[in-house]
Amino acid sequence: MSVYQHNSDLASVTRKSVSGEAQASNAIAWLTGRSLQRNSGVPLDLNWIKEVRVNTSAVERRAQTQVARRTVKKDWQAAWLLRAITCMDLTTLSGDDTDERVRRLCAKARHPIQAEIEQRLGIEALGIKVAAVCVYHTFVETALSALEGSGVGVAAVSTGFPAGLSPLAERVAEIRRSVEAGAQEIDVVITRAHVFGGRWQALYDEISAFKQACGPMHMKVILGSGDLLTLRNVARASFVAMMAGADFIKTSTGKEPTNATLPVSLVMVRAIREYAQQTGMAVGFKPAGGIRTAKQSLDWLALMKDELGNSWLSAELFRFGASGLLGDIERQLEHHATGRYSAEYRHPIA
Amino acid sequence: MSIAEKFVAMEYGPAPEDPKEAVAWLDGHERRFGLFIDGGWQEPAAGEYFDTFDPSTGEKLASVAQGSAADIDTAVRAARVALPKWRALTPHGRARYLYALARLVQKHSRLLAVLETMDNGKPIRESRDIDIPLVARHFYYHAGWAQLLEQEFPAHEACGVVGQIIPWNFPLLMLAWKIAPALAAGNTVVLKPAEFTPLTALKFAELCQEAGLPAGIVNIVTGDGSTGEALVKHPDVDKIAFTGSTEVGRAIRGATATSHKRLSLELGGKSPFIIFDDADLDSAVEGLVDGIWFNQGQVCCAGSRLLMQESIAEVLIAKIRDRMSTLRIGPPLDKAIDIGAIVARVQLERIQRMVAQGVEEGATCWQPQVALPPRGLYYPPTLLSNVHPTSIVAQQEIFGPVLAAMTFRTPHEAVELANNTVYGLASCVWSENINVALHVAAQLKAGVVWVNCTNLFDAACGFGGYRESGYGREGGREGLLEYIEPKWFKHAPKLSSAGGGGESALLSTAAGSGEATSDESDKSSDGANVSAIDRTVKLYIGGKQARPDSGYSMEVRSSDGRLLGEAPLGNRKDIRNAVEAARKGAAWSKATAHTRAQVLYYCAENLAERREEIVHRLAAVVGEKQAAAEMEIGIQRIFSYAAWADKFDGVVHNPPFRNVALAMNEAIGTVGLICPADTPLLGFLSLAMPLLAVGNTVIAIPSEKYPLITGDLYQLFDTSDLPGGAINIVTGYVSQLLKTLAEHDDVDAIWCYGDEATVAAAKAMSIGNLKQVWTNEGRTVDWFDPKQGEGRWFLEHATQVKNIWVPYGE
Repeated sequence: MSVYQHNSDLASVTRKSVSGEAQASNAIAWLTGRSLQRNSGVPLDLNWIKEVRVNTSAVERRAQTQVARRTVKKDWQAAWLLRAITCMDLTTLSGDDTDERVRRLCAKARHPIQAEIEQRLGIEALGIKVAAVCVYHTFVETALSALEGSGVGVAAVSTGFPAGLSPLAERVAEIRRSVEAGAQEIDVVITRAHVFGGRWQALYDEISAFKQACGPMHMKVILGSGDLLTLRNVARASFVAMMAGADFIKTSTGKEPTNATLPVSLVMVRAIREYAQQTGMAVGFKPAGGIRTAKQSLDWLALMKDELGNSWLSAELFRFGASGLLGDIERQLEHHATGRYSAEYRHPIA
Repeated sequence: MSIAEKFVAMEYGPAPEDPKEAVAWLDGHERRFGLFIDGGWQEPAAGEYFDTFDPSTGEKLASVAQGSAADIDTAVRAARVALPKWRALTPHGRARYLYALARLVQKHSRLLAVLETMDNGKPIRESRDIDIPLVARHFYYHAGWAQLLEQEFPAHEACGVVGQIIPWNFPLLMLAWKIAPALAAGNTVVLKPAEFTPLTALKFAELCQEAGLPAGIVNIVTGDGSTGEALVKHPDVDKIAFTGSTEVGRAIRGATATSHKRLSLELGGKSPFIIFDDADLDSAVEGLVDGIWFNQGQVCCAGSRLLMQESIAEVLIAKIRDRMSTLRIGPPLDKAIDIGAIVARVQLERIQRMVAQGVEEGATCWQPQVALPPRGLYYPPTLLSNVHPTSIVAQQEIFGPVLAAMTFRTPHEAVELANNTVYGLASCVWSENINVALHVAAQLKAGVVWVNCTNLFDAACGFGGYRESGYGREGGREGLLEYIEPKWFKHAPKLSSAGGGGESALLSTAAGSGEATSDESDKSSDGANVSAIDRTVKLYIGGKQARPDSGYSMEVRSSDGRLLGEAPLGNRKDIRNAVEAARKGAAWSKATAHTRAQVLYYCAENLAERREEIVHRLAAVVGEKQAAAEMEIGIQRIFSYAAWADKFDGVVHNPPFRNVALAMNEAIGTVGLICPADTPLLGFLSLAMPLLAVGNTVIAIPSEKYPLITGDLYQLFDTSDLPGGAINIVTGYVSQLLKTLAEHDDVDAIWCYGDEATVAAAKAMSIGNLKQVWTNEGRTVDWFDPKQGEGRWFLEHATQVKNIWVPYGE
């Protein structure tokens, strides 16, 4: 995918914003030697949308071979798996969630790995914990109190998650309520119909309204890639979300027929790179749904490392949205520590 | 470094593939290998061995027998002895062996992959994920052809003993490409692996034993260039299949000219990689990674010439540089390595030398900041920009991880630049617009066009080049054709000499033509006295009659010695003019198949109209009976090819990807035609018509025995709306004209029907631009018999297959 033509006004504005040494000090990321700022959005530029080119077969091929080209073994693998844990939004988004269920999840978020395994791996000092716990608004307060002092963030899914079809005013109000309740991160869903209808201005305005409601809190924009279906739609929606000020773009709700896939991720990651190169601003990436194995988490980390660089290997700019992933990572880490293959029941559940 | 430190650094660690099974295999053979001949292992006759090394470490892997001419002779004998039984086996019997080989390759896939990587230096990811699976696929696919052979190719037979010489860049894959079709078609094989990379071929020999393949069917003779030369020159080899450099291909063509060995050559390339402004640029950059940075760029079809549309050049170069920076170069057995070791020091030095020369000629060289391993033969990924078509790095094959970048302005210019090369193996076109992509694909002179993809291979899709990239195809139905021949042709008697043969021999087999001709001859004798006015026959060039440059004429006499007239004596310059006219005959090559069919039908119609006078004149040379038969069957023959013109379609392959691969039968281009002497009319039509039917333009040298036929023919073509330049006729002595025609670099193929000496001369003289040569091998062809004289066999030689790969999906 590429966006090589851009509005010259936009280019001059954004280039100015990143010039000067002083700016480098608030850099949140580096991309091929260039410092990047947090995304503050740019005016909607329809040329970016028009110029989107995604060749599905070629993207699939790259996604397929990327996985075969990269692997990490032994201690490196253990280190990468630990990194995956620290980039995890431990998630529960079910109709049967209760306060107690959320507290249990938060307990796991504080101590994702058993102390004994930590000792064996010699990583106690790292204080490994997940990045955030992701819940419905109803449980924000429960999660906050359960996580108090842990450094683990609380993310709330919002804006009529997962369909995002309630009236705009209600969706914006929902964000405000979560922010007021203390959520540090808001995962919003877009109106997929705007993408199908090519209503980019409407999409941009919607996400801008969400952003405003989020204030300084981090906004993750869920594109609903499983609904959008085509990679070009995913790319276009990615650009609109970033222009409208997304801190993260996120693949899917976890409720769609297919959720995070490597081809979809590759397209979004390339869009992030393009946006960073054009504007000097860094946007994070969150694949969500369907990532259940340790091996998969390594594939995604390698994708981030190769396509965007090491800045996108930390929770600042990369998250896994997952509920079942942690269990498999724990088993792999125990295997690494003991040399014996582990069993699921040996690890406390979330 | 502790896990905690690694957690902070987030770098890739080493991920080595364990070579212990491969090491155990080498040790099990005491790191010393003989020759695999007649089903067993033999010491080389001269007792000489050479060493093969791991290019990533410089360590010796094993000593391998240096096969001599004596060893080649032993192997060829074994193959010859094994041939009758192998050929006599049922198709199903052969299919079972090929199937067993496919299964065995799969069962030993990791050992083969590791061995390949150790011997060659290519990343284990490539040998494991690409080379070896394709090897297995090739044997499966050809097990299928073995099964179907008699149904699909009736009245054909295997060439016989086949000598095969393969390169070091894809050692086992090239072995599979050679051995699988050869065995499927019922040939026996003597294969010489590359000197740098013999090991997987030796392991394959063991798999042949394990499969219970009878002795002598596959023989593996290791050695250097002299071993290959002995194989090429061995008199009892029926066919040579070679993959390697264009220089060696040329030498092989020269060395086999005086023999009847069939030849297929898969040679070098300088393949264009065209990126339009509407391409998915990030994906195109990945295409380059799979193209020029695949197998360290040591790929004959590597997209080594990047042609970028001017408007995107700057952005694209930046993207390419960024991507190059993330390529990992290092020990090829590491599973997370993109670029491994260069196969040998001599190759590394060649790359260094050529890049230096390119820079000297003005190219800008860029290489990412990557640390090369301290030992072993490595060369970093390299981008040369500001390259001009005149530069050596734009013209010659580097065979290394070096990309030469140029720009173009329009699709027209892209095609022009892409085709501005002596090679024509492969090409890539990147555009999201299918109109642009297919329009360009159709115009590229290359055997393979990958649209929005690169370096995809499959056994079902023929692979092979245009121009000096060689001839013949590997894979697909067309690949199998390289290993079989029509039965009648194999056993056809030799032509006694030029001008020999004679009426009775030819006509005795022309069953059924006798009756039709008897009343014809009565009529023609009626008109015997009509043609009293002197006829002036001229050359026919560019749709116009032309006087010969020499100003001389040659006498044409009847069978009983009467002077029949004089034909112009063509010379070098007439051939030059004719080739120029043929090259300009674009109207014909661009005409639709339907239009070509109509014109050919019209030719038949007009020939029939003038039947009597032409037969009458021809009768003076070949006798009345033959003249009448030549006319009658000649008219039918034109009809046949008019019929074929819009029916010799390509196919759509189904490789195991979401993809259509369009195998298009394209005209070869400009073809020189030496017509048979004894059948002045029918021989001419039998060869010129298939060439014309598929859109070639032709320079024909008609029968020396009766060149006056030219006058009749051009009147025929003039009245039948054949556009100027489609066919050009130069009369004269074949011995004088053939040289100019065969040596002419703007002639794409030669069809030469003559005696052995003429045919050998045509082959020997064609090596300049490696034009395709198709001959009667000095054998008689019964033009009166449609089974011999017409059909697919001719059309297959009049065309070359271009495979256009078009992946799809949204």
